Amino acid sequence: MTDFPILSLIIFLPAGGAGVLLLVRGDAAVRWTALVFAVADFLLTIPLLLAFDTTTYAMQFRETAAWVPALGISYSLGVDGISVLFVFLTALLGWICVVVSWRAIDSKVKEFMISLLVMQSLMLGVFCALDLFLFYVFWEAMLIPMYLIIGVWGGDNRVYAAFKFFLYTLAGSMLFLVGILVLYFQGGETFDILVLMEQTYPFEIQAWVFVAFLIAFAVKVPMVPLHTWLPDAHVQAPTAGSIVLAGVLLKMGAYGFLRFSLPMLPEASHAFAPFILVLSVVAIIYGGFLALAQDDLKKLVAYASVSHMGFVTLGLFTFNAKGVEGAVLQMFNHGITTGALFLFVGLIYERTHTRRIADYGGLMKVVPVYGVLLAVFTLSAMAVPGTNTFVGELLVLSGAFGANKAIGAVAVAGAVLSAAYLLRMFRQMALGPAVPIGGRQLWDVNAREMAAILPLVVFVFWVGFYPKPFLEIIRVSVEHLLVQTQVQGR
Amino acid sequence: MEVVHSIKPILAIAVSLLAAGAILGFRDRANLRDSVSLIAAVVKFLIIISMAPIVLGGGTIEITLFEILPGVEFAFRVDALGMVFATISSMLWIAAAVYCIGYMRSLKEHAQTRFFAAFAVSLSAAVGGAFAANLFTLVIFYEVLSLVTYSLVYHRENEDSWHGSRRYLVYLVGASKTFLLAGLALTYQLTGTLDFMPSGLFDGVAASPLLLSVVYFCYLAGFAKAAIMPMHAWLPAAMVAPTPVSALLHAVAVVKMGVFCVLRVVFHVMGVGLMDDLGLGIATAYLVSFTIITASIYALTRDDLKARLAYSTISQLSYIILGAVLLTPTAIVGGVVHIAAHALSKITLFFCAGSIYCASRRKNVSELAGIGRRLPWTMAAFFIASLGMIGVPPTGGFISKWYLVLGSVEAGELVFLAVLLVSTVLNAAYFLPVTYTAFFEKEKTGPVGDGPDKIHPDDIREIPLVTIPLVVTALLSVVLGIFPDYFLTLARGIVP
Repeated sequence: MTDFPILSLIIFLPAGGAGVLLLVRGDAAVRWTALVFAVADFLLTIPLLLAFDTTTYAMQFRETAAWVPALGISYSLGVDGISVLFVFLTALLGWICVVVSWRAIDSKVKEFMISLLVMQSLMLGVFCALDLFLFYVFWEAMLIPMYLIIGVWGGDNRVYAAFKFFLYTLAGSMLFLVGILVLYFQGGETFDILVLMEQTYPFEIQAWVFVAFLIAFAVKVPMVPLHTWLPDAHVQAPTAGSIVLAGVLLKMGAYGFLRFSLPMLPEASHAFAPFILVLSVVAIIYGGFLALAQDDLKKLVAYASVSHMGFVTLGLFTFNAKGVEGAVLQMFNHGITTGALFLFVGLIYERTHTRRIADYGGLMKVVPVYGVLLAVFTLSAMAVPGTNTFVGELLVLSGAFGANKAIGAVAVAGAVLSAAYLLRMFRQMALGPAVPIGGRQLWDVNAREMAAILPLVVFVFWVGFYPKPFLEIIRVSVEHLLVQTQVQGR
Repeated sequence: MEVVHSIKPILAIAVSLLAAGAILGFRDRANLRDSVSLIAAVVKFLIIISMAPIVLGGGTIEITLFEILPGVEFAFRVDALGMVFATISSMLWIAAAVYCIGYMRSLKEHAQTRFFAAFAVSLSAAVGGAFAANLFTLVIFYEVLSLVTYSLVYHRENEDSWHGSRRYLVYLVGASKTFLLAGLALTYQLTGTLDFMPSGLFDGVAASPLLLSVVYFCYLAGFAKAAIMPMHAWLPAAMVAPTPVSALLHAVAVVKMGVFCVLRVVFHVMGVGLMDDLGLGIATAYLVSFTIITASIYALTRDDLKARLAYSTISQLSYIILGAVLLTPTAIVGGVVHIAAHALSKITLFFCAGSIYCASRRKNVSELAGIGRRLPWTMAAFFIASLGMIGVPPTGGFISKWYLVLGSVEAGELVFLAVLLVSTVLNAAYFLPVTYTAFFEKEKTGPVGDGPDKIHPDDIREIPLVTIPLVVTALLSVVLGIFPDYFLTLARGIVP
């Protein structure tokens, strides 16, 4: 297993699929081909998880090849307990996106599927890259297919949203690049992430690089006040775009903190932690209030997403095991739950062509299966005990109380808001008397849609009741990360 | 202490879950569906009672399924406190199952399948909570109970139930999300576990008194099902539910779940010693005393029979907590036995309210003049149950009140003795007039009340499937007064 380049295969299989798609004619054939490649890619990640050794923090499934030796650039891949989980999540959401786009996308199907598969390759590349340069290539290239997905297949205001998304992330990326170059020159002219982690940088350098990284990652997460591109992008993006955006792209920012800011810049991380903790609870509360005020279903989920990601950054900067483990688990949970919520928005929008919450009522009576499944994910997003998010939230809050009682208390107050806006949404949409929506005949969840939803349901309860396997995967890596931040930082 | 490992706790929980599945499966065959309810209720009770000998002998029955988080398992432990709650709720499910069938059919209620299924799941949640071995497991079942009963509160699907169910959800979910989550996170942070311990989870944990008090009050407010003021407003709002729901759930399972959780926190999370050291016992005692008196006064002013019963419930729940937080062995016994005593009497009272409604469509006390002649069994049972609430021998209410009074004397807190006595007078003041009106006031002739669906007095008669269960529960409340040993033994087993 060790010599087999499984990571490369996982990364480039979707891109290969995109290449094959160029030769395929006919929308149906295109859809099936895309699905085959996406599912195959997902199936490959299962042996990856099974073969993953949870007892070591060392990078596994390493692949290294010289690329531009003169500049210290190499093609270097590997995963630890944190990234392997996101490789799995990305591959899982990948085929789900293909499935939900089956009927929703009916123009330029081939181009859409190509964008989707290329996107998937690049995202997987980001999580596996162990060379900063390679990482940056994947990171930047991701912008292009995402820009296309929103800008070509989006809603009425898609060009504005896509452009805004592009500008925000590009601005962040510029600063990211500057930070990378500083590390490169300070750290011995290498892009090897593992080597760069071993270096100690003077505090002044750390602080400047940290600020540059902070802005880059904060745009991605997104953290308040750099979140304003997100609702626009989500509202305009097609369903698959929203799922990728919420499920994977937002994780990139948090992953950046985990992979670069914390281990490479521990002293600066500690110095800036209070600032970030405050920003996190502001995101939790402000995002919550914004979600409470929305009449547009998709905007509500988007702002809920901002609020939920606040818990992730909160957990990361507690610098204790519970908080960071909780944050990583919450990143995974957020991918499942928010991804599913966007999926549900998409399903109902396909049927009714309205996103106004007030237009809905009594869906439980009209489309009972849809109603029950929506209830599952609403409860999950509310972090009801027995669902995935509860475990993550409990860990993050425990960690937050360990770090700072006042921050913990404010975060708890923010958590209540999620119950408020989600229950309001669910009661309005699913309960009450059935209302005719645009005079359309609604149909309940069909087999294809069910196939996309069921795996997500499984993870809601699996992580909710038995998170042990997931926590075991991330534990040792998180412990190592904490050692990196503690020993050098204090 | 004997520890037995057995799968029985899981079976007891699973019976009603499986029944819910079967109920949904038999939705087109009403008789079969309703028999499933009844059979499941009996089986559940038998499984639970079969565990009683070990628990009465001071042992526990345990089963651990798997680890959720380090130090937190999905695990069940049947101990004395859990047994009290499980016995009473499963026993009364049998009565309620019969009653529901009579009630729902006589009113030709809609969505009966959903109703019976949700009812069955509620019972699973209640017993799951009773047997939970740690806070995590307990909270899972606590939330399941909130969510499943929501559909029962919203059962009528009209304007009133829309608003009532909203308040229900806002209070119960809001409180648990705000306070319970904080309590759990702090507890896990401070101790690294969430397991119940005989002498308290926090026993020997180094933490500032202020922080521990904060944790305690988080739990007290978070378990809003206990309806301690000011977290009580959901309970009267929940009265929009059909009466069997009010009877079993809002007099027994749901509210007792809240009280049970508070008792768990007092005994097995904080621990009697710590409660005493921090002065939390006395503080809580004052809080619940306020609830006891205020809720009784509210009850006095309510003409709607169910609303009167709801405020009475709020008041009586605080009796149980008062007994527990006085922290003396006798008071604790009084509080715990009151779980059973109140359950038997209050379910009877709600059953009576439902019986009156089924037979006559009347809801207000002022409309009941002379109804005792038409519904002699119902109103006689109402009278017996009222005596139980007031605490007159030979009802179970007398036993619990006796221990409560004794306990407050033992604790040297005569204030609470006064509270108990004043509230007894208030209980009499809002319950006895109902019986008086029903039996001794002259029946009004002509149409009564304002509803168009009111039934003419001559057509009012007892409905057997509705009346039999309430007579049985009324008799049981007397049996408890004469043979209180089962609950007394269990109650004594709680205090180390």
